[in-house]
Amino acid sequence: MRDVVALVLVTVAFLTLPLIIGQAEHKVMAHMQGRLGPMYAGGFHGWAQLVADGVKFAQKEDTVPAAADRRIFLLAPGVALVPYLVVLAVVPVGPGQVAVDLSLGLFFALAVMGIGVIGSIMAGWASANKYSLLGGMRVAAQLVSYELPMVLAAASAAMAAGTLNLSGIAGAWQWWWLVWQAPAAVVFFLAGLAELRRPPFDMPVADSEIIFGPYTEYGGLRFAFFLLAEYAGILVVCSLTTVLFLGGWQGPLLPGFLWTLIKVFLLAFVVIWFRVAFPRLREDQLQRLAWVYLVPIALGQLALTGVVKVVTGA
Amino acid sequence: MRPGLAKGLAVTLRTMMKRSGTRQYPEVAPDLAPRSRGVIALFEENCTVCMLCARECPDWCIYIDSHKETMPAEGSARARSRNVLDRFAIDYSLCMYCGICVEVCPFDALFWSPEFEYAAYDIAELTHERDRLREWMWTVPPPQAHEPNADPPKELR
Repeated sequence: MRDVVALVLVTVAFLTLPLIIGQAEHKVMAHMQGRLGPMYAGGFHGWAQLVADGVKFAQKEDTVPAAADRRIFLLAPGVALVPYLVVLAVVPVGPGQVAVDLSLGLFFALAVMGIGVIGSIMAGWASANKYSLLGGMRVAAQLVSYELPMVLAAASAAMAAGTLNLSGIAGAWQWWWLVWQAPAAVVFFLAGLAELRRPPFDMPVADSEIIFGPYTEYGGLRFAFFLLAEYAGILVVCSLTTVLFLGGWQGPLLPGFLWTLIKVFLLAFVVIWFRVAFPRLREDQLQRLAWVYLVPIALGQLALTGVVKVVTGA
Repeated sequence: MRPGLAKGLAVTLRTMMKRSGTRQYPEVAPDLAPRSRGVIALFEENCTVCMLCARECPDWCIYIDSHKETMPAEGSARARSRNVLDRFAIDYSLCMYCGICVEVCPFDALFWSPEFEYAAYDIAELTHERDRLREWMWTVPPPQAHEPNADPPKELR
């Protein structure tokens, strides 16, 4: 019974929190650019804008290009979206408050998140469109480069906590990890952004050069799934960063799950902020950032974590 | 980290903290300068059908029709004739708001009005006839007063 309730709660969170992040992006981005953003849908400051968008997407025709690989093309949005739902099930929101408490939770989360990226590569390949193919190849290149620093940074947190269980990592967190694990936190967060293809790492969907990358041929509900996957991805990356590097539910006064939510939304704000403030990285700059900076920093952090663990004898 | 990255973050954050300058137009009327050039109004009592505006108009968007009326003069003098305006219309789908007609009118029959809300669903509805042009005349602000030590207007001298 408890499992069913927990899974229902995870599903509800999966369906609502990405929309809240999306709406926050509308408003925050607008105000950062001196605009107001949506003001009409729903009456009060356009709160229902994304609902209206969803209704619009649902009304549109579901087209498949004649030359497309039909089955793969139709499957791709699901492959992009579902992994994030699965990851959310292993993320703890409070002490003992997790839908599925896996002992290999971190390994599971990173492995499943990698599958989400496959959805974009499938979309790029199956669309039979040169822009989609270019975008898909860029997605693949980005996955290969950024998966490594991401895993290394996550490994540092796991090593520091001495467990791969996400609840265990969040529970073992001490405030001085903020300093000790800071490089890993930055590397993990940036690599997570790159894996989501969020600006400034949105080379694969660079609209000014390759239309919309792998999603060029998509419309209607399937396109909406890709958009939803992006925002669900923000939620997942932010909550993983929270659990691994910001102590998850730990914090004074407020109940644990509120602290988790506060930290997740603060990180989501940073994600939006980066999008507004920074221009897109060129493809070679993107690769350079991963291989010349993030991987060595993550390796150095891993060595530092190991040395500290051995010296303190834990 | 390059300083430019921090600067970008600072600028966007500061802009977010400031009030947005957006005016929500249909709900909030815009603050226009009193002499804004929104539409050209016709003071038809002043029009003598000299046709200067219609001829100077670069894209020929002014339509003028008139006829001549004669009035018997006193005694054995020849009958007086004068022009009577039948139609004065401006096609605002052609007008490019250059204001040459306002400049060229020798009898002060054309004026700029700040009125701007006359969008239409059909391009044909953008041709406005003399009654509508005359109504806009009421929205024209009164002429500015002369400067304190200026010469008195010629017509009062």
